[in-house]
Amino acid sequence: MHQGFFLLFATVSVVTALTLVLARNPVHSALALMACFLQISAIFVMLGAPLLAVIQIFVYVGAIMVLFLFVIMMVDVREAVLQRFMPGGNLPALALLLLLGTEMVVLVLWSDRFIESPPVAERGGDAIRDLSKTLFSDYLLPFEIASVILLAALVGAIVLARKEPG
Amino acid sequence: MVPLWWSILLGVALFVIGAGGVLLRRNILIVLMSLELLLNSVNINFIAFGQYYDDFRGQIFAIFVIAITAAEVAVALGILVALVRNKSTLKVDDVTIMKG
Repeated sequence: MHQGFFLLFATVSVVTALTLVLARNPVHSALALMACFLQISAIFVMLGAPLLAVIQIFVYVGAIMVLFLFVIMMVDVREAVLQRFMPGGNLPALALLLLLGTEMVVLVLWSDRFIESPPVAERGGDAIRDLSKTLFSDYLLPFEIASVILLAALVGAIVLARKEPG
Repeated sequence: MVPLWWSILLGVALFVIGAGGVLLRRNILIVLMSLELLLNSVNINFIAFGQYYDDFRGQIFAIFVIAITAAEVAVALGILVALVRNKSTLKVDDVTIMKG
């Protein structure tokens, strides 16, 4: 049951990711990416991280995809629709990718470390409380730095996208 | 329970697809979306290993990755809007003015 759902979500996420890369129209790519993020958040639930799944939906599907669609709406994508998918001269990149992918798959399947199924973690219902206690005590400084980075990115995005005066 | 290597293989598949999008596509918007996909595949690995070792640090790293990704997308799309206003192109190959 569990594994069947995992296989279903994984298959759909891989298919939508392929759609994202192969689609000619950027709007179709954005919608495929949204579907892929939903599948990935379902996988987060199955991996025992419901908080991350909610954050994934809020941040990616709610904020980042809306940002992407706004930018697609602002710029003219008609020229981009007409261009070919794969201009020539990309064979080295493709070969490198295939090599990298096969290497990762072979290394994962080679080692018997990952084959055994995980120890059943019997944690109480307070996993999110423990997570936030760890986040706000041990990782407080990185958390604050991340908030400062977000503020800097906010200001930077406004400055970059503003019309030059005069 | 789902075995760990299933999650890792899913991460590998999404990573390779996203890297293919970054390397093979010439549209800046699709390159940025493929970058999102790459970061998400890394998140899957973080969370899978965090569950496997029963450790919170996987989820905490994933939260930081999501925060930094949001910042990156905001800045990248700001740059994209400024670029389109000045140069009116969406192809990566046309943006080579910093090449000496």
